[in-house]
Amino acid sequence: MPESPLGGTRSGRPLSDRLDLRLIAEMVEPGSRVLDIGCGDGTLLDILVHEREVDGRGIEIDMGLVTAAVAQGLAVIHGDADSDLAFYPDQAFDYVILSRTLQATERPREVLAQMLRIGRRAIVSFPNFGHWLIRWKLLVTGRMPRTSVLDRPWYDTPNIHLCTIADFFALCEAEGYTVEQWLGVDEAGRKTPWRRNRRLANLFAEQGLFLLTRNPPARGSQGR
Amino acid sequence: MTQDTADRARGLVHQTMVFEDGITLDCGVHIRPLRVAYRTYGRLNEERSNAILICHALTGDQYVAETHPLTGKPGWWQLLVGPGRPVDTERFFVVCANVLGGCMGSTGPNTEMTDETGRGLGRPWGIDFPPVTIRDMVRAQLRLIDALGIGRLFSVIGGSMGGMQVLEWASLFPTRVFSAIPIATAAYHSAQNIAFHEIGRQAIHADPNFHGGRYWEHGVVPARGLAVARMTAHITYLSEEALTRKFGRRLRTGPMLTFSNDLFEVESYLQHQGSTFVRRFDANSYLTITRAMDYFDLAAEHGGSLAAAFRNSPVRFCVVSFSSDWLFPTAMSREIVRALNAAAANVSFVEIASDKGHDAFLLDEPDLFRTVSGFLHGAAERWR
Repeated sequence: MPESPLGGTRSGRPLSDRLDLRLIAEMVEPGSRVLDIGCGDGTLLDILVHEREVDGRGIEIDMGLVTAAVAQGLAVIHGDADSDLAFYPDQAFDYVILSRTLQATERPREVLAQMLRIGRRAIVSFPNFGHWLIRWKLLVTGRMPRTSVLDRPWYDTPNIHLCTIADFFALCEAEGYTVEQWLGVDEAGRKTPWRRNRRLANLFAEQGLFLLTRNPPARGSQGR
Repeated sequence: MTQDTADRARGLVHQTMVFEDGITLDCGVHIRPLRVAYRTYGRLNEERSNAILICHALTGDQYVAETHPLTGKPGWWQLLVGPGRPVDTERFFVVCANVLGGCMGSTGPNTEMTDETGRGLGRPWGIDFPPVTIRDMVRAQLRLIDALGIGRLFSVIGGSMGGMQVLEWASLFPTRVFSAIPIATAAYHSAQNIAFHEIGRQAIHADPNFHGGRYWEHGVVPARGLAVARMTAHITYLSEEALTRKFGRRLRTGPMLTFSNDLFEVESYLQHQGSTFVRRFDANSYLTITRAMDYFDLAAEHGGSLAAAFRNSPVRFCVVSFSSDWLFPTAMSREIVRALNAAAANVSFVEIASDKGHDAFLLDEPDLFRTVSGFLHGAAERWR
């Protein structure tokens, strides 16, 4: 193999302590093509590119984070899920990932549809509004609940389309998406034991993590 | 006296590669020989894998990272290119060529006119220099890159018109380019861009010293017209904030308006820009190159689809725009990015927050430097 112009050493970067990103990374087959929407400073992309050897791309709305990601050598563009997915061709990616961002999009249903148009699979994680603590806080205080995951007051939150794990299952069914895998995840991003039971997960999981395909599965190599 | 002979009179000889077989232009004319003036910095490694081509803008030249031999000023991109800089000449072999149609040694209006056999006609091309395109410029650069023994460029980098060349390189010769950084540019010249250029051209034409483009026959140059062209263009390179911050309403002539012979700082600045420009630039070259930019429309070269220009491109792109650039606004960079996405190309895109307007790409912008150096590092990891 030819010598890399810069000697080919990569700048060491501490691996993420966001365990939910680890869980996502484990869902991705090595060597695949991945688009990470709302990729932040590229923490997940960096793991995917360097450990799973994927061809990874990212979209991020915050310019400072985009610059940070590009400055690490990651292929990240400034843009957002609501307006930029339409420009990608069908089935351009093996996985399209939306980590903790769905609830902040303007039209989550359309975003999901675009994800499953441009990718063969979609990986989606979101904070579960059905968690018992949220229900309890709303019941007891009568105020919009705030947790460590949802930590901003209602008038200052980017999270405009919150849902529960049960809601998300219902949407997938209505839209004809197949849930290939799902996990309930606790605050630290660990798998919770409730993943065999939707109702328990809806009560005790702080986040939901889903791997979806279109039903029937989209045609193989269309549009490449 | 034309620039070329003027340069020789000063003892200024540009480093030049001559291609006796010449080049066929998009307009159908064949010019021979083809001369490409260029500069290189750093050393080409044994693998020939560390070459970077820098493409200059409208009034730039090959002296990208060294004191300019004519003006004595620092290289025009010395902040970005040099030892320890983002385009580090201790690691990369950097090449920069004067564009075809330019006036710093490459074949252009101020070089000697030749017939179809390549015989010199004892007069400069002047106004008779054939129209050239951005594509012609890139083809001329390719001859140089071939002659230097570089199979694939590690990167092609340029701003403004240089960015147009970067896009053209990636589109025309995708296997010769590993990565591309088009900065503050567009895939076509907009009506507004063309309009500003036309003002500049009209100013040159209106100068009595222009003599229909044959000013060398009269021993003069259309300095006033060219200066006005430069002044207009210079305004488009700056933002309103930048002008206000730099000059405001301050007077050069005194603390208060006297309503006679007052001179605002901004007027004085523009006059200075105009007058220094005419000392280093040829009016016919200005006409030729502005026209080449106006002709540029990459989508039109590919049946109206910009994505088609990049279909299956293996090139890694890093598109950069500046928030206050109204000459090549972010929206135009975003069009490029969307076309690259549609072509499923590998692309990064950064809009850098700056109040310095189009000129920002030449100035001290730490975010630009971080982006370029990070992107090049990332690309180097994946070189194969």
